[in-house]
Amino acid sequence: MTYIAKPKFHHPGLKKNELGYTHRDYEGKISTLCAGCGHDSITASIIEACYELSIEPHRVAKISGIGCSSKTPDYFLGNSHGFNSVHGRMPSVLTGANLANRDLIYLGVSGDGDSASIGFGQFAHSIRRGVNMTYIVENNGVYGLTKGQFSATADRGSKSKKGVTNTDNAIDLVAIALQLGATFVARSFSGDKTQLVPLIAAAIRHKGASFIDVISPCIAFNNHAGSTKSFDYVREHNDAVNRLDVLVGRDPIAVDYAPGTVQVVEQHDGSKIALRKIDADYDPHDRLGAQTFLAKHAAKGQIVTGLLYVDPDAEDLHAHLNTVETPLNTLEADTLCPGSAVLDKINASLR
Amino acid sequence: MPDKKPISSVNDFVVRFANVNGSGSASANEMFARAILRHGVPVSPRNIFPSNIQGLPTWYEVRVTEAGHLGARGGIDMMVAMNPQTWDKDVAGIEPGGYLFYDSTKPMPSTKFRDDITVIGVPLTAITNSTYTDPRQRQLFKNIIYLGALSALLEMDPKVIEQLIGEQYRGKEKLLSSNVHALHLGRDWALQNLKCPIGLRVKKSDKVGDRIFIEGNSAAALGAVYGGATVCAWYPITPSSSVAEAFTAHCKKYRHDPETGKAKYAIVQGEDELASIGIVIGASWNGARAFTATSGPGISLMTEFIGLSYFAEIPAVIMNIQRAGPSTGMPTRTQQCDIIACAYASHGDTKHVLLFPEDPAEAFEFAAAAFDLAERLQTTIFLMLDLDIGMNHRLCRPLKWDDSRQYDRGKVMTAEMLEEGRDFGRYLDVDGDGIPYRTYPGTHPTKGSYFTRGTSRDRYARYSEEGSVYADNMQRLVRKFETAQDLVPRPLQANAERPTKYGVIYFGSTSPAMDEAIGLLEARGHQLDRLRIRAFPFHSSVASFLAEHDFVYVVEQNRDSQLRQLIVNENGIDPVRLVPIVHYDGTPITARFIAKAIGDHQDHLKVTPLRKAVS
Ligand SMILES: Cc1ncc(C[n+]2csc(CCOP(=O)(O)OP(=O)(O)O)c2C)c(N)n1
Ligand code: SF4
Repeated sequence: MTYIAKPKFHHPGLKKNELGYTHRDYEGKISTLCAGCGHDSITASIIEACYELSIEPHRVAKISGIGCSSKTPDYFLGNSHGFNSVHGRMPSVLTGANLANRDLIYLGVSGDGDSASIGFGQFAHSIRRGVNMTYIVENNGVYGLTKGQFSATADRGSKSKKGVTNTDNAIDLVAIALQLGATFVARSFSGDKTQLVPLIAAAIRHKGASFIDVISPCIAFNNHAGSTKSFDYVREHNDAVNRLDVLVGRDPIAVDYAPGTVQVVEQHDGSKIALRKIDADYDPHDRLGAQTFLAKHAAKGQIVTGLLYVDPDAEDLHAHLNTVETPLNTLEADTLCPGSAVLDKINASLR
Repeated sequence: MPDKKPISSVNDFVVRFANVNGSGSASANEMFARAILRHGVPVSPRNIFPSNIQGLPTWYEVRVTEAGHLGARGGIDMMVAMNPQTWDKDVAGIEPGGYLFYDSTKPMPSTKFRDDITVIGVPLTAITNSTYTDPRQRQLFKNIIYLGALSALLEMDPKVIEQLIGEQYRGKEKLLSSNVHALHLGRDWALQNLKCPIGLRVKKSDKVGDRIFIEGNSAAALGAVYGGATVCAWYPITPSSSVAEAFTAHCKKYRHDPETGKAKYAIVQGEDELASIGIVIGASWNGARAFTATSGPGISLMTEFIGLSYFAEIPAVIMNIQRAGPSTGMPTRTQQCDIIACAYASHGDTKHVLLFPEDPAEAFEFAAAAFDLAERLQTTIFLMLDLDIGMNHRLCRPLKWDDSRQYDRGKVMTAEMLEEGRDFGRYLDVDGDGIPYRTYPGTHPTKGSYFTRGTSRDRYARYSEEGSVYADNMQRLVRKFETAQDLVPRPLQANAERPTKYGVIYFGSTSPAMDEAIGLLEARGHQLDRLRIRAFPFHSSVASFLAEHDFVYVVEQNRDSQLRQLIVNENGIDPVRLVPIVHYDGTPITARFIAKAIGDHQDHLKVTPLRKAVS
């Protein structure tokens, strides 16, 4: 979080997206996180994804909890409203915001401390309600902002910077999200922008609860030997199940369509996700299969990344509640208030 | 014949039904109360129930009161003793000269009765068993049979009850006729075997007028519908659950788009109170009117978020239906015990707006007003009900709505205003009232966006830990709270007939008992001016009232006299001049209690009644 605004200098030659916005229009304030923090790379990927999707920056609401990760919404989409709420409670605030205005895009950013401990309940319930959001956990296995305590996603047996061994079992947020019915579940690595950017883009286009767990090493407290969330460890143990591209509407499809290696998933809003398979047997439409696959690889010490599960026909909380299409925050007395004639009838029924 | 003359009274007595929870007596008992109302005689019923679903004792008390006293009276003139478990206590509670109504199927030893009361036995079990074979029917119809017997004993018009049964079972002819049959079984037995009527009687009257009979929680929920709430998030807790349940029912009736059938509201049963208030804050931040309903333990859980709402200046409405605490306390008993917890909820320096409705009509009005206040002041507004008003039916004036009323959405800067070039600083005090402008997310492509946070920031919402910037912001929040003083409902003052140096302050559900107590105190020669507080922050008239009186009694339903503490704290008054009158056993405060406590204190002061001084 910082008060240092970036200079508003736009190079005339900057590339513009479909809406005429440049990359700079998706940036925010200058980050005050530690140089090299994985969270900054995720910020860069969010900026990239929003630019590529030609989203109107101010139509995004970015909501977070508390922690280094939760500070990042200040560093992207400077023209959108942000909300740094309280520790672990981003999901409820986002749910409320979404209920008030279904027309905005909701980006929830959280940390593993924020989501897997104090906010574990809220994480779970926002997913099971199917809130239309992109929920990103910037997962470094530690509490960064409070200086390096183990978080609930730290693997059993991993070592802290001070040399302490973690004896508690780890919570795998991806496994939980799958179990709770998230309709878009992915895992990625902050150091792999090629994989992460399209994942974020696809999650944003997905209408339903999208969850992305991004391993994001903490340079200050969790990037040493013995950590399972360090840059080196993740690079060595990463097993990607797919690469993907997001294709939005009108654009000519310009991806590698080598038959047999690409699977195109059409989402509800018409956008397409082209999955370039790396793992030949991987089927991202099979929730149970995804759960087993994940567990098998975890047992081998492998971190599976990529789009693990998607249900392109997902419904969201508004559909479950059957709410009107008009955003609730625009309704006024003329449509909300039953009026005095109805009240007279109510009075009469109470005598 | 009892050795005490039986009580004789028309339209002014208290009947208490002692039942076992789960026996299906509630609807028969409520019908008894409604039937008296339909005779044109005001009633004030109270449900006294355990925090258990089945098997434990439950009581339902009906105060029949031609004079229209809506507080609890205390004392029982007739006990309908249907629960063997509580027999001894029930019998002991009857006023001398009162009546005991019981199921005489099995004979009771004479030691189980009292000599100073009239005992009325009706063989209810024998009558039901000879008429019905199904066990559930036996249980349910037994309640209607005693209702029938009571109607004869109290000289009630059976047609009125038949009509009520007709309304309840409209379209279910079989149930209707069998209930009417049971009613007459009891009635005829009483007429043939007992001396009817007894000394207590119901006589047709016209004292109900156009008043309505409604529970406070239902009225508050209706207030939320009229006040434009579109998002409700809640977590079950007695005695507040029925607010959300009523809101759901009202919304289903009045809030669906007639063409598409879609809902113009969203109700979420949160996973806990933390989520409920989080949803409310998120929705309000995004420009919808949102509320939650809870009780003490829920307030405790919400306090971190309440601090956020205060400091980040986000509207929120919390309906707190108070019950006896601390902790789980007595979850189904009433108190006014969250005053301090709500006024200063959360850590750091905070102050919140509290509204204290006295009855369902005010619960409706204040609930609707809470949404205007929340948006105008951009902060949490607490609607402070309690179990006594929330979960009991009360007679009150009809609900009213002015169709020309628009919602006060507060200071919201629109895209047009931003386009005009208006300076937008989220925490700028442009009008000097401490209330800044806000923008809704998504308003304008390049102007008016800001970052909301609970962390200190400057007037333009830029993060800052500069001490002077923080202090400046905290001072503005004080100014805003001062502004609130003139926006919230003012206290209502009623003066004694003759000038007096003594005053009494009270609030919320204590109101009807206080009104009645004034009469009792006058009869003892004590004159008191009254001030009913309807909101915190306190209006300046509270300070004037305190200045004008030597002693002011503060009547409330908690142990520590919390409102008094708040008054002392906020008005810097000498605490000695504020005399606490507290009642906190979980039962509603009564006029008798107030009159005795204040009267004894006045006597103790050795006050020469003004009447004597003048003569
Ligand atoms: C109620 C509450 N408890 C504790 C804290 C202190 N706290 C601030 S950030 C944080 C942990 C952050 O960890 P994580 O979410 O993993 O984010 P990171 O900093 O690692 O990105 C804690 C415990 C707080 N702000 N609020
Ligand atoms: S402490 Fe860790 S998580 Fe926080 S900014 Fe530094 S590197 Fe990132």
